[in-house]
Amino acid sequence: MEFSNKYIVCFALALCLICSATVSSLAVVLKDKQEANKLLDKQMNVLRVAQLIETDEEPNPEKVTRIFEDIEVLTFDQATGNPVEIRNVWKFNPLKNSKTDEGGVDASDPRAKRVAIKRMPKTLLAYRVKTAGKECLVLPIYGNGLWSLLLGFLAIELDTSKVVGITFYEHLETPGLGGEIDNPNWKALWPGKLCFDEDGNPAVEVVKQGAVKNPATQVDGISGATITSKAVGNLVQLWLGDTGYGPFLRQQRGAQR
Amino acid sequence: MNKETNAILVDPLHLKNPITLHVLGICSALAVTTKMETAVVMSLALTFVLVLSNISISLLRNKIPGSIRIITQLAIIASLVIVADQVMKAYIFDVSKQLSVFVGLIITNCIVMGRAEAFAMGNPPLKSAIDGFANSMGYAIVLLLVGFFRELLGSGKIFGITIMESVNNGGWYFPNGLMVLAPGAFFLIGLMIWLQRTLTPEMQEEEN
Amino acid sequence: MELINLALKAIFVENIVLAFFLGMCSFLAVSKKVDTAMGLGLAVTFVLAITTPLNNLVFHYLLKEGALTWMLGDTAQDMDLSFLGFIAYIATIAAMVQIVEMVVEKFSPALYAALGVFLPLIAVNCAILGSSLFMVQREYDLAESTVYGIGSGIGFWMAIVALAAIREKLKYSNVPPGLRGLGITFITTGLMAMGFMIFAGIQL
Repeated sequence: MEFSNKYIVCFALALCLICSATVSSLAVVLKDKQEANKLLDKQMNVLRVAQLIETDEEPNPEKVTRIFEDIEVLTFDQATGNPVEIRNVWKFNPLKNSKTDEGGVDASDPRAKRVAIKRMPKTLLAYRVKTAGKECLVLPIYGNGLWSLLLGFLAIELDTSKVVGITFYEHLETPGLGGEIDNPNWKALWPGKLCFDEDGNPAVEVVKQGAVKNPATQVDGISGATITSKAVGNLVQLWLGDTGYGPFLRQQRGAQR
Repeated sequence: MNKETNAILVDPLHLKNPITLHVLGICSALAVTTKMETAVVMSLALTFVLVLSNISISLLRNKIPGSIRIITQLAIIASLVIVADQVMKAYIFDVSKQLSVFVGLIITNCIVMGRAEAFAMGNPPLKSAIDGFANSMGYAIVLLLVGFFRELLGSGKIFGITIMESVNNGGWYFPNGLMVLAPGAFFLIGLMIWLQRTLTPEMQEEEN
Repeated sequence: MELINLALKAIFVENIVLAFFLGMCSFLAVSKKVDTAMGLGLAVTFVLAITTPLNNLVFHYLLKEGALTWMLGDTAQDMDLSFLGFIAYIATIAAMVQIVEMVVEKFSPALYAALGVFLPLIAVNCAILGSSLFMVQREYDLAESTVYGIGSGIGFWMAIVALAAIREKLKYSNVPPGLRGLGITFITTGLMAMGFMIFAGIQL
C-alpha cells in the first residue's frame, strides 16, 4: 500500500502525541505516590537500624510518620560539624553531590581507596533519634564491596561511644557469602562494639572469621566472604574517621557533656 | 473454539514455546528468575505489554507506512512499557526495585517485537490478542519453572517462605549458591530444553 | 586508572552477556560461525560506543531533574522527565543505528558488507538499551559512559567469538539429540559465565 509523504508525517505526529500524552499524564498522576514510596522506603531503613521497628515489618505510612516525629534530620559541614541549611533534606544525596566539583573533595583516607570511593562529600546528613530508650545517631555509610556498592546505616550511641547497630539496605553481594551482611545473626555481632579508642581513632573493625582477640572492638568476619567483610570494616572506619563523620561526632561528644 | 484458535492458544505453551524453541526473550528469563516473586511480576508485566501491543499494532496494521514500521512498533511498545513501569513504581515499589532495568528491557524483548512483526501485522486484533496472551503464558511457564528451582535450590525458599532452613540460619540445607548466580540459570534452561526435546522429538535440531 | 578499572569491569567482571544476560537472542542466534560472530561483535561495539555517551547527554541535558534549566531557566528546576527515558533512549539508538548504517554504506562498502545485515537487528538488541539503562542507573559521567559503552561492547565481542569457536568445534562431538543445538549452547554459555566470574574483585 502506497502512503503519501504527508500521510507518513501526520501519522508519525499523531503517534507521538498520543504516546507522549498517555505516558506523561500517567506519570503526573502517579508521581506523588511514587515519591511517597521512595521516601517511605528510605525512612523504613533508618528505623530498622535504630531498631525502632522489626526488620521484616511491613511499611505503614502513618506509623512511620508518627515515629519520625521523634527523629531529627541533621545536615552539616563535613569538616567542622557545623549545621548547614539544605533545601529539601529528603532529596539530599551526599553520594551524588560528592561527585560534583563544589559538593565533594578527593578522598585522602587510604581506607577510601580500599572501598573504591574517589571523593568524599563536603556536606553530610545524619539522623538523631530521640525516642525514649532508643536514643541514637544514625549515620548513612557506603563503600564498594566485591560486586557492588554497599549502601547502609551505622547507628551509634548519642555519646558516640558504642555501636547500636548496622544495616545495608542496598547491595548486590553474593547471596550466601557476602550477602550474609543481611543475616540478623551477623548484624547482632555489632551492638556494643567501641567506636573509638582513647586517641579518638576509629576502633571497631572486622577481622578474619574466628580470629577475634578483642571482643570489645572486633567483629567476626563472614566465612568465605573475605572481600565483603574487609570492605565493611574499611568503610565503617572510613566514615567514623576524620574525612567522614569524625568532626561532627567530636562536636556531638562536646555538646553531650 | 475452532481448531485454528486452539493452535494459536496452545502451541506457544510447549511446541512453539517462545523461549525454548524460538530463542526469544531469553535475557529477562535468566535475569529475573532468582526469586519466584520477581518471575511472577515480570511475567505479568510482559503479558500486559505483549497483549496490548499486539492489539494496538493489529488495529493499526493497515495504516502503518512501511518506511516507519519498526519505529512505530517501538514507540507503541515503549509507551506501554513506561506505563507498566510507572504503575509498578507506584504500587509495588519493593519488587520494582529488584527488577530494576529489566522492566525497561521488555521494550527490546524479542518476543514482543517478534510477535508484532510475525503475527500482529498480518492478523485481526482478537487473534493477535490471543497470540500475545499465549506467548506470554509460554514465557511465564519457563520463567516460573526456572524461578522455582533457582529459589528453592539457591536459598531454600519459595516466594520468600522458607521451605528448607539454610545452615546459615541454623538449619540443615546448604544453599546451592550456583543456582542464584548467572551460570545456574543457563544450566537450568539447558536442562529444561533437553528434557523438552527428548519428550517431543520433532523439536530437535538437525545434525549438521 | 579509574577508567581503566571501569573498562576492565565492563569487559570481564560484569560482562554484559555472561553476567547480565543482555543481548542473548542475537548472541545465541549468531554464534554458529566465527566470521559472523566477529561481524556482530564489531557492530555491537561500534553502536555501543556511540549510543551510550549520546544517551548520557540526552539524560543530563533533557531528562533528569532540573536538566532543562539551560533552555527554560529556573522554572525547570523541579521538572523531572526521566520517566520518558525508555522512549528517549530507544529512539536515540534507533536513529543512531540508521545513521551509522547510511554512513557506513556510503564511506566503506567493505565494512558495510561485513556488518550490513546485523545493523538493523542491533537497534533492538537488549545489550544496547541495557547498557544505556545501567549507565543512567549508576550515574556515570560522559567519560565513564564512553568507556563503559566500549567496554561492554568488547565484552560482548569476546564472549560471542569465544562461543562461536566452541560451537564450531562442538559440531564434531556426539551430542545427545535432545541437547543438540540450543541445549548444549546454554550449558556451554553457563560454563563460560562461571569462568568469567573469576575476575570478580580485581582492582588495579
